[in-house]
Amino acid sequence: MSVIIILLIASISIAGLFLFAFLWGVKSGQFEDDYSPSSRILFDDKPSSETKTV
Amino acid sequence: MVYQILNQSDLCNYYNLNENPGLNQRIKVRKDKFAFLDDEKIQLQLVSFRDEKQVHITFYLPQMHCSSCLYLLENLYRLDRGVVSSKVNFTRKEVDIIFLTGKTSLRKVAETLTSIGYEPYISLNDLKEKRPAIDKSMVYQIGVAGFAFGNIMLMSFPEYLGIDASEKILLNIFRWANFFLAIPVLLYSALPFYQSSWKSLKHKFLNIDAPIALAVIITFIRSAYEVISGTGGGYFDSMTGIVFFMLAGRILQDKTQRQLSFERDYTSYFPIAVSVVKEDKEVPTALPDIKTGDTLLIHHEELIPADGILTKGKAFIDYSFVTGESLPVLKEMGEIVYAGGKQTEGNIEILVVKEVTQSYLTKLWNRDEFKNTVETKNVSFVHLLSRYFTYIILAIAAATAVYWQLNDPANMWPAVTAIFIIACPCALFLSNTFTNGNILRILSRNHFYLRNAETIEDMARATHIVFDKTGTLTSTQQQDTVYEGKPISDYQLQQVAALAESSNHPLSKALVKYLGRAKEITVDNFKETTGQGIEGVAGNDRLKLGSYHFVTGKMSTQPGTAVFVSFNNEIFGYFLFSNQYREAIPSLIKELKKEYRLSVLSGDNTAEKETLQKLLGKKATLLFHQKPEDKLQYIKYLQQQGEKVMMIGDGLNDAGALKQSDIGIAVAEQTNNFTPSSDAIIEAKQLSKLTRFISLCRANRNIVIASFVLSIVYNVIGLFFAVQGTLSPLIAAILMPSSSLSILLLTFGSSSLIARQMKL
Repeated sequence: MSVIIILLIASISIAGLFLFAFLWGVKSGQFEDDYSPSSRILFDDKPSSETKTV
Repeated sequence: MVYQILNQSDLCNYYNLNENPGLNQRIKVRKDKFAFLDDEKIQLQLVSFRDEKQVHITFYLPQMHCSSCLYLLENLYRLDRGVVSSKVNFTRKEVDIIFLTGKTSLRKVAETLTSIGYEPYISLNDLKEKRPAIDKSMVYQIGVAGFAFGNIMLMSFPEYLGIDASEKILLNIFRWANFFLAIPVLLYSALPFYQSSWKSLKHKFLNIDAPIALAVIITFIRSAYEVISGTGGGYFDSMTGIVFFMLAGRILQDKTQRQLSFERDYTSYFPIAVSVVKEDKEVPTALPDIKTGDTLLIHHEELIPADGILTKGKAFIDYSFVTGESLPVLKEMGEIVYAGGKQTEGNIEILVVKEVTQSYLTKLWNRDEFKNTVETKNVSFVHLLSRYFTYIILAIAAATAVYWQLNDPANMWPAVTAIFIIACPCALFLSNTFTNGNILRILSRNHFYLRNAETIEDMARATHIVFDKTGTLTSTQQQDTVYEGKPISDYQLQQVAALAESSNHPLSKALVKYLGRAKEITVDNFKETTGQGIEGVAGNDRLKLGSYHFVTGKMSTQPGTAVFVSFNNEIFGYFLFSNQYREAIPSLIKELKKEYRLSVLSGDNTAEKETLQKLLGKKATLLFHQKPEDKLQYIKYLQQQGEKVMMIGDGLNDAGALKQSDIGIAVAEQTNNFTPSSDAIIEAKQLSKLTRFISLCRANRNIVIASFVLSIVYNVIGLFFAVQGTLSPLIAAILMPSSSLSILLLTFGSSSLIARQMKL
């Protein structure tokens, strides 16, 4: 029986963690612009390598 | 890979920029264009944060359109060393820039952006209060509701499946866990329903949210009572589930196009500052600070911000956006120019006679009737439907209460509360929000953007459609030019073009555009008679171009906008300029004619009257020379006749009418262009689909009613158990999600199916 209680606590805390992650993601604006991050990742290499040469 | 992406657009010539750090690749910025950004007062209102070292500013860059733009803009620090970082929000077409105050200035950053092709759009609107941040609270609320719903459902299973009586403690733990999980849903997630029902009750109106809020509260109290007294597990899963589904429906319905603005007024069209001439110096001045008696310098392609008298230069003012006239107007010194026109040739100076807020155009907005936006809009039929529903439920509950009171008082409260739990108009709410949401989604996929869900019903109700002519029926980008008269040779056409090229008159320019540039023909003895025409010797012939009176010397009324031409005093014929109707218009009008009364309001002259009358049929009303005020009055007049008016227009001149009408649709060539405030924005190319859009909006009502009927079936089953006082949490737990899901399927499926049949 006590195993079930431990499992219960574990499952709710994991769910709570995901809830927190979701709220945090919304708050920090991760769902607002779904275009730039996907393109930005393609560009990431070049500017950094070129800034060194500039 | 990057090169390929960059190469897609010639605007984003990043590689060229890199090879030539000089200015030769860049677009030249007029020297003092952004001088106003040095002004301390303007700066303070634009920047979002500043201290001694840094300034944070957000610019709106409408030109942003591809991933290479992103690249270029985020590498701004290489073009301007003072920039610390620049971060693009592509959806909003904004860039957040942080720069060091010592190394660069707001003005320099704006100039750099303009030089690489992204001119920041800074309008008078930016001077007003900051835009409110997007309200995300409903997303948080659904997050919490989803969390609670999932966990409660999981922990309710033991109870439903029949837990061993020996594990009584475990059962209690589950029940209490559910209780605590449901509290945030009751107190936080369901807030929008309490707020909305409280608001409507204050206006003595029973909307759909009131019975829903009541049901949520009753369910919680009943369930809490069961848990505390240890008599049962309660209906926490039903309660949290319904809140979750309803929030989902509401979010779907309210999901509007963020990058579009339906609230624009003249302030987002007007510039933020203008050059005032003081003692031969140009002083950039914020628009609200302009006083009567100031002299303004209006540059080429700039907007005239206030009514004034022309004191220097020749003005060719494009009023098409303000009044609907299709051709630029020539103004001489001493004449009055109105705010809102765009100077198209060279620089002019004007003496301000009326301040910005008092101008002819802006006065339209400052009318009292527009200031207090009273919600006189129609009440959605869903609220009326839910009201009947609520009355019936109350009657059933009362009857049940009486019955149990007489037979078995102990059973009364369980039975009555069960009725409220099972029979809230949640299904109606769900079907309404999900159908609306899906229809909005389908419409915006077709580049027709509605302000909100209520607009769908307004669309369906319209009885009279009013069109604006210039820019709506006709395209502002093209003009039809026809030559009529004696046969004319190619060489002669070249001569005409050569002569026309010497003039700056809008009609001459249109002629040159139509005929192409003349080569190797020189023009001598060129003479321009203002407002009449031009003459000169081109090649070996003496040509005259202009009005009938100018060319022939005789008086006559001419058909529409025509330019007559004569060679050596012999009249050959004329070039007729007419507006080109959008391709789809004839077939659209033909369809609309069958069902609606139509009107056309035009700020232009009567030249097109016959064409239009033929197009719209004899019953249609055509009005010309309509001022913005007249258009508004006409809409009002129609409304007094009991018509539901749909107004379709494009310019500031239609703004009053768009606002007055029951549904105002703004037409835009591109959705990023400026559109006056309206209920809907349609891309010009999509106008042909308007009839189909309207029928889809009409279908909305039928879908909602059909799914409501389905939900009543579920309600009857639930009520059957509830009135007997035998509604077990298990039955509720099965009924609630199955009714919700089948309604979702029905609404989504049928609205998508109808849209597919209409080929939308």
